[in-house]
Amino acid sequence: MGRRTYTRPMDGWWLRNPFFVKYMARELTAVFVVLYALILLVGVMRLAEGRAPFEHWVANLQTGPAIAMHVGLLAVFLYHTLSWFQIMPKTMAPVIVAGMKVPACAITGAGLVASAIASIAVFVAFRMFAA
Amino acid sequence: MSARSKQPIVWLLFGAGGMLSALIGWMLVFITGIAIPAGLFLSPDLFSYDHVLAFHRHWAGKAFAFAVISLFLWHGALRIYHSLHDLGIKSHTLNGWAVFGIAALGSAAAGYALLAIGF
Amino acid sequence: MPEARNITIEVLRYDPDGDGPPYLQAFPIEFTDDMSVLQGLQQIKDFQDGSLTFRWSCRMAICGSCGMMIDGTPSLACRSFLRDYLPGPLRVEALAHFPIERDLVVDAGDFMAKLARIKPYIIPKEVKPLSAGEYLQTPEDLERYEQFSHCINCMLCYAACPQYGLDNKWLGPGVTALLHRYNSDSRDGAAGERMQLAHEPEGVWGCTAVGYCSEVCPKAVDPANAVNQNKTKSAVSFFARFLGGE
Repeated sequence: MGRRTYTRPMDGWWLRNPFFVKYMARELTAVFVVLYALILLVGVMRLAEGRAPFEHWVANLQTGPAIAMHVGLLAVFLYHTLSWFQIMPKTMAPVIVAGMKVPACAITGAGLVASAIASIAVFVAFRMFAA
Repeated sequence: MSARSKQPIVWLLFGAGGMLSALIGWMLVFITGIAIPAGLFLSPDLFSYDHVLAFHRHWAGKAFAFAVISLFLWHGALRIYHSLHDLGIKSHTLNGWAVFGIAALGSAAAGYALLAIGF
Repeated sequence: MPEARNITIEVLRYDPDGDGPPYLQAFPIEFTDDMSVLQGLQQIKDFQDGSLTFRWSCRMAICGSCGMMIDGTPSLACRSFLRDYLPGPLRVEALAHFPIERDLVVDAGDFMAKLARIKPYIIPKEVKPLSAGEYLQTPEDLERYEQFSHCINCMLCYAACPQYGLDNKWLGPGVTALLHRYNSDSRDGAAGERMQLAHEPEGVWGCTAVGYCSEVCPKAVDPANAVNQNKTKSAVSFFARFLGGE
């Protein structure tokens, strides 16, 4: 005997719940990670083409709109760092220290600290490279 | 024997790219897009052709540049692949060729350019 | 004597014997502060409309029968209290991502089939006679799987998972948590067999780490953790098998 079940549509599913909106925002950071990678890719390609093409790429980066865009990119990348270390504990087996399970927020915190340290090291390396 | 997903290959690249971009992505954006162009905390000379060429002629500079460009592209590719599906664009094959194609082409272009720069 | 309060419950009704799609029907009720949404539904069924159809059993969040969408959130009706939804109206719908059978009852067949597929029982490493005595487990052995054993098969995590909603081929959070529970039990020897299901595209790879499943789980099972731990395992084994390990 056939049963007439009803299947509800999924259209607009992620707009219906703030949790899903945050998830989509997290996933959307990927578009900007790719965008930045492409900017660097173009830079490396111009570098291979020669002095004038490369200096043209640098000049474009120095314009107001380019710097403003990178301020936006910076905000997105910071959100990526935060959301990445927030989801990281979910992908790990429990970490046991001194017989106690390390809470997720501690793992997130450790990740954020690691980002700060690694990034400062990169900055220092750039400063040293100028010398 | 059931079909095994091939996603682990891309997933590990996604994870590596995600970790690299989470650790130093924001600082790289600040350095290359704000600090050096505007001369903020760092000298604009860091982007002089001779400086940048010297960096990318060194094998370590090449490796770093390739890692950043390629892994950022692979990280973004898997996420965008899933997001296209989440937004209702359901063709796994088409979405896959598009996003992973771009990541592969981008990586190849980066590799080629970095080698063309010489040593 | 607890004072009576008023709230309207809007229920998504559905009649499979009729022609139409689901529709909302409003039921104003009087309630006391101690009443659950389940009790509100029971009151409607007893005094207003006997045709209202819903599943329930234990009334104490252990049987997993009364899962439904309460104001858009997957919840157990027996564990949700009417006082928390004032002033109302309060919207109650069948569990998301499952086909509706009638009113608040969904077709759980897909979940049941997947549950059976992962063999949710101990398959011993070797068959021991009764005379060999009981299995011994240390507290550390228990710790490795206990959290995941709390699953009551309520399916709230399936209603929470948009990937299951978009494409119900993947195993889903709850079933994967149970797969992990048995694989992590020191008495069990069938991890290799169960991991074959995890390795499939419709295994753990159907998950995109939304994490809402763990948010709604009434038993703090953390299915998101179970699934994503097994992504790492599956990925490592994908490459390790070429080195002779599995």
